[in-house]
Amino acid sequence: MSDVRKISIEKEWSWKGFFLQWEWLLVLVLIVVFLVNSLISPYFLTLSSLIQTPSTFLDKAFIVFPMTMVIILGRIDISVGSTVALSAVVMAVSYNAGVPMPVAMIICLLVGTIGGGLNGLLLTQFKELSHVIVTLASMIIYRGIAYIILGDQASGGFPDWYSFLGWGSIAGIPFILIVFAVAAVIFGLVLHKTRFGRSVYGMGFNSTTCEYSGLRTDRVTLIVFTLAGLMSAVTALFLTSRMGSTRPNVATGYELEVITMVALGGVSTSGGIGKIGGPILAVFIIGYLSYGMGLANIQAPVVLVVIGLLLIVSVLAMKFRVSPKKRKLAM
Amino acid sequence: MKKTTFLLIILAMVLLPATMAFAAGTKDDGVERHAFIFKNTGNPYGDKQMQGFADGIEEMGFEAITRAPDQPTAEAQIQIIEQLIAQKVDSISITGNDFDALQPALRKAMDAGIAILSADSAVNPESRITHINQADSEMIGRTLIQAAYDMAEGAGEIAVLSATSQASNQNLWIEWMKKELDENSGKYANLKLVRIAYGDDLRDKSVSETEGLLQSFPNLEVIIAPTTVGIAAAGRVITDRGLIGQIDVTGLGLPSEMAEYIENGSCPYMFLWNPIDVGYLTAYAAVAASRGELTGAAGEFFSAGRLGEFSVVKASDGGTEVLLGAPFKFEPSNIGEWKSVY
Repeated sequence: MSDVRKISIEKEWSWKGFFLQWEWLLVLVLIVVFLVNSLISPYFLTLSSLIQTPSTFLDKAFIVFPMTMVIILGRIDISVGSTVALSAVVMAVSYNAGVPMPVAMIICLLVGTIGGGLNGLLLTQFKELSHVIVTLASMIIYRGIAYIILGDQASGGFPDWYSFLGWGSIAGIPFILIVFAVAAVIFGLVLHKTRFGRSVYGMGFNSTTCEYSGLRTDRVTLIVFTLAGLMSAVTALFLTSRMGSTRPNVATGYELEVITMVALGGVSTSGGIGKIGGPILAVFIIGYLSYGMGLANIQAPVVLVVIGLLLIVSVLAMKFRVSPKKRKLAM
Repeated sequence: MKKTTFLLIILAMVLLPATMAFAAGTKDDGVERHAFIFKNTGNPYGDKQMQGFADGIEEMGFEAITRAPDQPTAEAQIQIIEQLIAQKVDSISITGNDFDALQPALRKAMDAGIAILSADSAVNPESRITHINQADSEMIGRTLIQAAYDMAEGAGEIAVLSATSQASNQNLWIEWMKKELDENSGKYANLKLVRIAYGDDLRDKSVSETEGLLQSFPNLEVIIAPTTVGIAAAGRVITDRGLIGQIDVTGLGLPSEMAEYIENGSCPYMFLWNPIDVGYLTAYAAVAASRGELTGAAGEFFSAGRLGEFSVVKASDGGTEVLLGAPFKFEPSNIGEWKSVY
């Protein structure tokens, strides 16, 4: 435990080290995105556009927080998109079966939590199972259940106040942005200031060592995957509110978009490396980049190619950044 | 050496978004701009419709913006709508991926003073001025069942291969197909609609749904695919499996894509209107609507360039619509001349 502590929190502090952090590079990229966007479209750089825009891309960003933890653990969860669909569908069906909306929303959160928890349970009870296979299976199963419940149909007709979640603003700031900021602070504190957060990093570096050091690794895995389910349900709440209805095929491909954001945020898929700030910046980089290109009416496939290129270049940059000395220490 | 490579990569990362500036280059010169949003990219039918729309808008001397998301979902269309609102376009015409889910976004656009029309696949009446429809939905639905009856020689199992389950145009046609079957139960006593499958207008899914139909219903006689992606996929599967003559494909297809299957006999005949004309008619309606000359009330008239005069009529969903005309029948005798047109 003391070794882990040293690696993760007691790095020597220097000005040079501070400015060489991955996050500064991302800030730079974000600034470039802003500059370019305002050059190619006269509509981008208006205050209302800048503040209101996040509501178009923040729905999936709630999953970025737990996904950051999952990837720091050296694992991956590809079931999140299906969990979004399942919790949204169960909520819509319960509401239309006469359950009051606030209760239906709690049911939505419960379904997500249970979905994530099941992934965690499977992974901790059957250690020989690969996390990719387990979440691949639940990705198929959850989506399948959503289809069984609703068929190829849409379900909606929610009360008017529900649309506030996705469309409303408080003092000119979108409600979804406020919730996102609160969630960012909570997850930032949990990951960087608590014993639990340090355990996540420790397990990412070396899970076996952590287990033999008396860390309750199973509990950490279970909590992290459960959080992924819970935050998927939060995404389901906002997504459904924005659309006013839901279908079993919503949020298809969200898992990959979320993983892209986390990877661009400097979280290494080999585990143990990355901070919460990076993925948050990446959310805004990808969000503003695709919004800006949309404003310039650049077609969808081009946008995808640009994001793909940005990802591969950033992963290459990271490979060079993680010096061999540091990796040895990590091992 | 390593340091140089690292710096180069960093440079690339920063410059990558910047290169987009050269790829785009928009201007705001005060010219009226009218936008069209289709269901998704990679759909030749949609490309033709967007082309027709752009032709019409440019003919009037304005700027046309044609957009389509990479996935056929309402979420993706909402993002595009938001981007168009921020650009303050004069009108948005949309081929909806969902009847109701686009309402919040489209209402927001209306509040911003943008004229909203739907074309080809409708959005609900609250979120549109009027709908530009290809042909009378009732006629399409009934015609397709009569075609299947003809191909099955009066008896056998038939199935429908549709687009997404939320596509309002396909759903309306399927409803009319069912009505045609119910209302003439004597005539269609031996014709059985066994399944409605959804290929989501994606090629791979449409192919696997067709194969699913063949496996689940070995006695299938006819597949009706009221979507251009679906009918081409069904034609491909029937041809590849050597089932020409045993299972017939009909529905709505693009002549250029379907010529091969009409000529080899897997599709005896099919129907379609001209998607270029749908887009062109939408363009004229959109411009009239953005000026307040078209309010969407039944009985109104407007002129649509080379296509002539059109009137607004009541639609079955409670709103109003503009009809382009009757569907056209494509068969071996005329496919040759049409396949190069669209």
